[in-house]
Amino acid sequence: MGIKRRKAEETIFKILMVMACLIVGSSLFLIVGTIVVKGVPYLTWDMVSKAPQGGFYIGKEGGVLNAIIGSLYVAGGATVLGLLISIPISIYLNIYLKGGSLLSKSAKLAYDVLFGIPSIVYGAFAFSIMIWLGVRASLLGGVIAVTLLIIPILVRTLDEVIATVPRELKHAALSLGATRWETARVILRQIKPGIYTAVLLSFGRGIGDVAAVLFTAGFSDNIPIYIDEPAATLPLAIFFQLSSPIPEVQGRAYASALILTLIILVIVIVSHILATKHKHKL
Amino acid sequence: MTQHPLIRVKDLNVHIDGHHILKNINISIPDKSVTSIIGPSGCGKTTLLKTFNRLLDDTANVTVSGSVLVDDEDIYAPEAEVTHIRKKMGLLSQRPYPLPMSIYDNVAYGPRIHGTRDKSTLDSIVEKQLKDTGLWDEVKDRLHGPANRLSIGQQQRLCLARGLAVKPEIILGDESTSALDPVSTHTIEDLFVRLKAQYTIVLVTHILRQARRISDYIVFVYMGEIVEFGPTDEVLLHPKEELTRQYVKGFIS
Repeated sequence: MGIKRRKAEETIFKILMVMACLIVGSSLFLIVGTIVVKGVPYLTWDMVSKAPQGGFYIGKEGGVLNAIIGSLYVAGGATVLGLLISIPISIYLNIYLKGGSLLSKSAKLAYDVLFGIPSIVYGAFAFSIMIWLGVRASLLGGVIAVTLLIIPILVRTLDEVIATVPRELKHAALSLGATRWETARVILRQIKPGIYTAVLLSFGRGIGDVAAVLFTAGFSDNIPIYIDEPAATLPLAIFFQLSSPIPEVQGRAYASALILTLIILVIVIVSHILATKHKHKL
Repeated sequence: MTQHPLIRVKDLNVHIDGHHILKNINISIPDKSVTSIIGPSGCGKTTLLKTFNRLLDDTANVTVSGSVLVDDEDIYAPEAEVTHIRKKMGLLSQRPYPLPMSIYDNVAYGPRIHGTRDKSTLDSIVEKQLKDTGLWDEVKDRLHGPANRLSIGQQQRLCLARGLAVKPEIILGDESTSALDPVSTHTIEDLFVRLKAQYTIVLVTHILRQARRISDYIVFVYMGEIVEFGPTDEVLLHPKEELTRQYVKGFIS
């Protein structure tokens, strides 16, 4: 192949790559731009400080505080619960079991499949569990459904992070006479920044999901206080407001979307700061 | 050689994934001296080293038969307790892997997990081990700084100090100098020579000159079998076996 042709090839692929980056960058800009432009005029103090008063959905007084609180409870509760379940799973699969054992291979295949299951299926599954347990649509139901949804995300992320830890570090701890549990604690220390990333991913996924909470969390204009009360979430509130024919209510849907985006932005920044801070400490 | 060497291997056979990696290994490692295991890549020398502290347990599909006696205790017996076996041996791997904590905590880690809580005892252990490995003067002002900020040579000495802090009887080195620059290599080699007064040292190396510089005994392993074992000069200068002669001369690798 001539040098000219090779150079042309290089240029073509460079252009393709730059275009791909531009598409991603501009879609982020367009999405954020749209919700900012359409949402800011309706983003009043009432929106974030009040629950819906009577007739909120036909354009009267109130805000979406109930959905903000509900979303934070559901996503936060599910993330905590999810971590409590998935950290032991990844420790067991990666540290207790030998590399390449049959159980770890089949467990990994299982949660790869779980990872691909759409969230509505988790919602339906959690719903049937709730019926069986006699739990009505509530905060608890939403937390259960979202926990099921994010466990595969957490386990997979933790797995990838643990895979970056050299086996020699594990062997270093073991050869000092550490038990496997003590070794696991050394490795958890090493992967702390990765745990923040996992938390960020699963919280973001949990707070944004509609389908899993559709039947399980119920919907209420009240701010949930007890775990067995139905709770609204922001994505559902956005959905209901956007389905309204009233322009005022539709505008509030964009304001709610803006609030949701801001919450996620805060989570991203906080976890990023925590991760960098920890890296400097190492 | 003493009557009861610390490490005695009897009829050891190791299979990994159905491959016969170590074949009928019988050897007694001389106490308080440096023994180097040499041989071409993939001959099983690292596997042999890992059978001594049962790190082989961490690999799937391994079968071990025969026995490895450490202090007259068969470490592959069903009732053998593995953390206590590993505590008797310090391992120095190819590259240093400091634990994700401070210099001080790295050295104190072993004593802490084995029950030493007293601050002044830990302080003196840390100071002694860092002095023994020649690190003390270099790090005494930043003991609580992160261990992975040290140079790679310092990290390797820190890993040695960390291993010595659990009071082992044996030091295992798996090509411990292969990632180091010549000066750091020299420092580690000197340490091994100095430490052999108190410890039984077994090293895997692929550098014949290194084996010659620091070891008292040499084990030549080829295709999973021990071909020759004896004092360094004898094996390197007057090998009994034709295979050893060819390897030492560089005809096979």
